[in-house]
Amino acid sequence: MPKVVLSSGSASLGLTGGLTEFEVEATSFRRLILELEKRFPGLGNQVEESMAVAIDGEIYQDAYAAELRPGSEIVLIPKIGGG
Amino acid sequence: MAKQHVTATINGESAEFLCETQQTMLDVLRDVVGLTGSKEGCASGDCGACSILVDGRLVCACLMLGVEAEGTSITTIEGIAEGDHLHPIQQKFLEHAALQCGFCTPGLIVATKALLDENPNPTETEARYWLAGNLCRCTGYDKVIRAVMDAAAVMRGETV
Amino acid sequence: MNYINSDLKVVGTRPIRPDGVDKVTGRAVFAADTRASGMLWGKILRSPHAHARILSIDTSKAEALKGVHAVVTSKDFPEIASEEAFVGEGPMNFRDLSTNIMARGKALYEGHALAAVAAATPAIADEALALIEVKYEVLPHVIDVEDAMKDDAPVLHDDMFTAGVNPKPAKPSNIAKVVTFKKGDIDAGFAEAEVIFEGSYTTKPVHQAYIEPHACLATYNPDGQVTIHASSQGHFMIRAYTAKLLGIDMANIRVNPAEIGGGFGGKTLIYLEPVAVALSRKAGKSVKMQMTREDVFRGSGPTSGAAVTVKLGAKKDGTIVAAQQVLKFQAGAFAGSPIGPGCMCGFALYDIPNIDVLGYDVVSNRPKVAAYRAPGAPISSFAVECAVDDLARKLGMDPLVIREKNAAVNGTKTHYGPTHTNIGYTQVLEAAKAHPHWKSPVAEGHGRGLAAGFWFNIGGESSATVHINEDGTVMVATGSPDIGGSRASMGMMAAEVLGIPVSKVRATVADTASIGFTFLTGGSRVTFATGMAVTQATEKVVEQLKARAAQTWDIPVDAVEWKDGKAFPAGTNAGAFEPLDLAAIALKQGRTGGPINAEVSVNAQGAGAGFGAHICDVKVDKETGHVEIVRYTAIQDVGKAIHPSYVEGQIQGGAAQGIGWALSEEYIYNDKGQMENPGFLDYRCPVASDLPMIEAVLVEVPNPRHPFGARGVGEVPIIPPMAAISNAIKSAVGVRMEHLPMSPPKVRAAIDAAG
Repeated sequence: MPKVVLSSGSASLGLTGGLTEFEVEATSFRRLILELEKRFPGLGNQVEESMAVAIDGEIYQDAYAAELRPGSEIVLIPKIGGG
Repeated sequence: MAKQHVTATINGESAEFLCETQQTMLDVLRDVVGLTGSKEGCASGDCGACSILVDGRLVCACLMLGVEAEGTSITTIEGIAEGDHLHPIQQKFLEHAALQCGFCTPGLIVATKALLDENPNPTETEARYWLAGNLCRCTGYDKVIRAVMDAAAVMRGETV
Repeated sequence: MNYINSDLKVVGTRPIRPDGVDKVTGRAVFAADTRASGMLWGKILRSPHAHARILSIDTSKAEALKGVHAVVTSKDFPEIASEEAFVGEGPMNFRDLSTNIMARGKALYEGHALAAVAAATPAIADEALALIEVKYEVLPHVIDVEDAMKDDAPVLHDDMFTAGVNPKPAKPSNIAKVVTFKKGDIDAGFAEAEVIFEGSYTTKPVHQAYIEPHACLATYNPDGQVTIHASSQGHFMIRAYTAKLLGIDMANIRVNPAEIGGGFGGKTLIYLEPVAVALSRKAGKSVKMQMTREDVFRGSGPTSGAAVTVKLGAKKDGTIVAAQQVLKFQAGAFAGSPIGPGCMCGFALYDIPNIDVLGYDVVSNRPKVAAYRAPGAPISSFAVECAVDDLARKLGMDPLVIREKNAAVNGTKTHYGPTHTNIGYTQVLEAAKAHPHWKSPVAEGHGRGLAAGFWFNIGGESSATVHINEDGTVMVATGSPDIGGSRASMGMMAAEVLGIPVSKVRATVADTASIGFTFLTGGSRVTFATGMAVTQATEKVVEQLKARAAQTWDIPVDAVEWKDGKAFPAGTNAGAFEPLDLAAIALKQGRTGGPINAEVSVNAQGAGAGFGAHICDVKVDKETGHVEIVRYTAIQDVGKAIHPSYVEGQIQGGAAQGIGWALSEEYIYNDKGQMENPGFLDYRCPVASDLPMIEAVLVEVPNPRHPFGARGVGEVPIIPPMAAISNAIKSAVGVRMEHLPMSPPKVRAAIDAAG
């Protein structure tokens, strides 16, 4: 199952009760968000609104369409802007 | 208080305008005469974006009152090109990519004209010190100085 | 389609930019150059106090002044619920944004907007401001980041409870949030280290210092339609924020992107536009607003000042095994400093097994920070690159060799999660090593410094339309304001795909009513993301051109080829037809199906990260402490330089800003929390006589996710200069400057202290 890692100790920790790594059943990123929101209410929305993700090492600012493999690693990081 | 009536020559044409006593020449150029090429970057004479020539002398228009233009001959960025023929300074700025946002460019071009009118063969250091009154935040001045040196060479007839 | 290994005819050349003549003749229209008949002049009243309760604002005398048509305060803006969104260049809370543009209840910094007037002339507007009576209860203020973190510091927001701390704190504080990033086991890492180096560094807040102050012209029509001309990095952002803050439908707001005189991130937020619209609504006339230079310094969005500590542990052979960093960033009056990227960028250049980074986002009584070119990274890398340099000295290693030995490569997992792919850092270091500057002997009495930098670069949403005119010439419209010459690159990419000279392509920037949504210009994204949209739209147009030729020749469309601006029958079987060029096809467009065009919108992912390394030689005057930059070389992986002159320009300009940040720029505060140097005389940016030529060296390791291999380039170059200079000063006179700016009095004092 894809593994989700909370890279930043930001407000997300409050939503997961301190958990920083967990597995989620999902084959697409969209499904992952829904599962996260179900398991940790508020987290799915937070990921969508204010976080970027690295899926198997590659950064996505918006990852809706991204597909997840059974062994995918998804790291949640702050969204990156610029100047 | 009634406005002041001023007569001057601007970019070779006679000009008449009315202005308030406290209005700077920059205010007058932009808001009264309608020549918006000279820019306001600081209104305190520190950035050079409003550089104009007054009787051939390089001046920050924000440090001059509109009424002081009486009887003078003013050159602004709008008067540098001749019709649709760009001045070599303008041409070289384009060729060397010596501008990015372009906001400081009118002031730099007018200041460069003043430099080359006075010293047709400046060294790089002389050019840099002359243009130290024109702030540019985009280019780091490298391509600007190259454009200036190249324009000087063109104006001396050494190259095209 | 991918053109990375193709023979390119246009991309990579240096044509004159399409908007160039306007800019060298003074014709280009910037926001302050716009006019509307009967327009009024708007001005803002700003708080003189760094922290104060606003007890009352009496605008009656101002309203009564002849020539004043409208006065607004926060009463004229709807209350916005606290709502987080990422719509600009950083985390954004709309309630904070609304309060920032017009204070409610408290003035939180000197320069905080309290009220605004619209009057017939600027002079009357100034008079009106002076007639507004504000009663303040002045409160204790705090500016410095570490002071703001103390237990007894004056608290700005009584509803600020530090996020990211478990359990949530009982008392409010100025620490908006704490973030951490970890990799491996830091304690084990330091335990196995044989050499340790620790350093503490501070930076002062600086301003992006674009030469054009913020300006806009706003017209609110009686039917509720709003037109705005704005100087901004993102006209869609202006529309969105104005709509949100005033409660207007986006369709009723049209924002025209005026030419913009510099932004560097400072024009990715909104300050004037909603105020101008509110004034226009009340006055029934257009309102022009422009910030004075003082307003810009006091009331826009400079960047954070910071305190950073770095601890590094290495083996004797130079392998870095442990790296720790603590960063404290000023956010200004509202939460949202670039602490995240700051935490991520410093060590992103290195392959280190054990990393621990802790960051604090801290509010204090100064303007809300906005993005500034690679936000967070210059501060973070100043600390890390100085520490790596001193670690190298402790190890007796060359600074370039220690970086090569520990360089991040493809496959290096970063401490913030992603794994580096398709990066060119090693190639950058190789180019530095091979460069004549690095190989030349350091002159007597001079010193040489090296430092590197990393920035993610972003992609994002962009829209582009490509039209064929009836004469076969081509229009390319995008939604990306051009702050560095991007229009030229857009036209070049379209010309390359079509196989025609760039002189036949006209690239423009369209307003919000005329093109699809486009995210703002920033994050080094335009050549990458908007370039991608332009390329794809052009490819679609090529398909249509082939289809029209197929129709004209009555052959299947897959029997048509497009090359060098013409449709050809593909092989002799297809038929012996004369090639059709754009003009010939466009001539018949009506008969063959109608106008030929395509619009593409993308949300570009896969932006290629950028790495740079700078080499700097300095001469230090021991009597005055003045540091002269004698030679400067900036090497950067740009992926593919679409227009090399403008790529070089970004590198030179970014380096110059970094040099200013290093040597002379800073906000100087008095004991009342007021800025003492809000002008270009005493806020000292580099001038032409301060700098030598800056040699930009373009390394091209293509980014496979962009059709031409381009990476963003604009932000990386501001990152290395501060450490490169500190390292050079150390090499020249043996003192380590840890506190920015490294201005003459401080350098002199450091030299004296060293004896």
